Amino acid sequence: MTDVSPIERLPTGINGFDQVSLGGLPAGRPTFVGGTTGSGKTLFAVEFLARGVLRSDEPGVFVSFEETAQDIRRNYASLGFPIARWEEAGKWAFVDASDQMDEEAPVVGAYDFGALVARIEHAVHRIGARRVSVDSLGAVFSRFADSATVRHEMHRIATALARLGVTSIVTAERTHEHDGVSRNGVEEFVLDNVIVLRNVLVAEQRRRTIEIVKFRGAPHRTGEWLFTIDPRDGLVVIPLAFLGYPSQHARSIRVTSGIADLDQMCGGGFFKDAIALLTGPSGAGKTMTALRFIASGTETGERCLAFAFDEGREQLRRSASGWGIDLAAAEDSGRLRTVCDYPEVASIEDHFLRIRRAVEEFAPGRLVIDTLSALERIAAPRALLDFVIALSAVVRQQGITTLLTSMPATRLTPQLRPSIAGELASLTDLTITLSYFERGGEIQRAMAVLQARGSAHDHRVRQVTIGADGMHIGEPITGFTGMLPGVTSLFSPGLPADPAGSPPRQPDGRPH
Amino acid sequence: MTRFAFRLYVAGQTERSQAAEANLRALCESLLPGRYDLEVIDAEEHPGLAEEQRILATPTVLRLAPPPQRRVIGDLSDHRRAAYALGLPRAPGQADGIQRGDQT
Repeated sequence: MTDVSPIERLPTGINGFDQVSLGGLPAGRPTFVGGTTGSGKTLFAVEFLARGVLRSDEPGVFVSFEETAQDIRRNYASLGFPIARWEEAGKWAFVDASDQMDEEAPVVGAYDFGALVARIEHAVHRIGARRVSVDSLGAVFSRFADSATVRHEMHRIATALARLGVTSIVTAERTHEHDGVSRNGVEEFVLDNVIVLRNVLVAEQRRRTIEIVKFRGAPHRTGEWLFTIDPRDGLVVIPLAFLGYPSQHARSIRVTSGIADLDQMCGGGFFKDAIALLTGPSGAGKTMTALRFIASGTETGERCLAFAFDEGREQLRRSASGWGIDLAAAEDSGRLRTVCDYPEVASIEDHFLRIRRAVEEFAPGRLVIDTLSALERIAAPRALLDFVIALSAVVRQQGITTLLTSMPATRLTPQLRPSIAGELASLTDLTITLSYFERGGEIQRAMAVLQARGSAHDHRVRQVTIGADGMHIGEPITGFTGMLPGVTSLFSPGLPADPAGSPPRQPDGRPH
Repeated sequence: MTRFAFRLYVAGQTERSQAAEANLRALCESLLPGRYDLEVIDAEEHPGLAEEQRILATPTVLRLAPPPQRRVIGDLSDHRRAAYALGLPRAPGQADGIQRGDQT
């Protein structure tokens, strides 16, 4: 191919894929999609066609070597793909080349796949197809012993697809997740555009990723991107971060955090479209701050959505009522929706989808996630970061005031935490930290605003007291170091300061 | 005498298509003289017919009669193996003990 013009793209319509690929698949060309068994190749191939029909009314041809047409119609109906109806409407055509029991044909002499090519061309012309999926080559190789011929013939099919001007997907098996491209060397003929799907266990967590290995002559994002297979949305590639730009118009509007003193420290409240990160050890007041944030929202008629990963609903209501906040009444009024889930009930990707779905359905003005740290139990640091990136894209688009809470450090990955915390902070607009310190034989609390993007803020560390009527932020504390690494130490005679960076203490001993 | 019916699927007027047809005719003439029917279908001209029988590789021969249906892929360049795979009667005078197919 000697095109000098920039390569056109065909947006696939697959959730998140077009963002990762910077516009979709190279138009009019075949793209190779490799993956091990169960990596989602067939789903990718089916969705590529289905999204074409749903989104842009583009007819598609599905060439199946593996599953029968009947199986595919049945298996993907649950994703809302009425394939049989599309076939009647001339939007979808099968070229069923699946193995049949009665088809154990012996081979005598030379052959080619001329008939198959003719069938594909016929189907493409018959319905005016713009997209073609071929799934999967491995099945052909297992049926014909002569792999040199099969390889040659696959090249011919790829050439035919390019000649037809359709944008196509050709899937093939890989035996190893990180070794070579495909099992049968089929990459040779579609090497221009290669995508690899992976499905690996990392630290006991199943992790699906998609990687665009190359698009010849076309830019794309590099690296592996997490994706999940959702029973409703199908294949969803995460993160969608690059979608999210802060909506400038909301910048100047301030809302209250629910704590007047904190509003003051932040320069007059949170920006309406801000993402705030509140870090602090267990018991320092994160949940309480979050509850005040919710309550002030519902009191002013805003809808609030809260995800609690650390506490059950009853426990949360009890804590709230102890501080004079009636969560049950707020929920009854329809202004509050709380979701209390153990992180372990779903993968991090699925949690993201649930949150996104809830945001779409409930359309809240405020969102709380308490706490991100609980999600660390089910996600690697990188995955958690992806989660926050994806989440911030969603809330920024909607201009939702968001409060995320987090432990200052994790005991499991202390060496990784500083970079993650740093990257987290760079994603948020406002970083507030709560901390403990000892003074006069007493454990006391302190709060500081570390960062407030686009706003002046109070740089002082202030003492915090929590009483029956809520949280009070008091006078600045002086002579105080160690706030940043999560360890607070107060210079006082006879009390040497903790060196910065020492592991955090959990003074109340409450299990996290 | 049993009558045989074959349908040969080819793709285009290629050397391979012609070789397959010539090989099949030669086999039929020598083993089934006067009692066979042969229909040749070009999948490029009639892709719908290839679709119906789900023909993947060409050339492909379908033995339609007598039952059971048989299917053989390739240009049939090896007559002995082709005859065996298509279940044709042995040539008169040909010794028993044809090796089952695979000398290759």
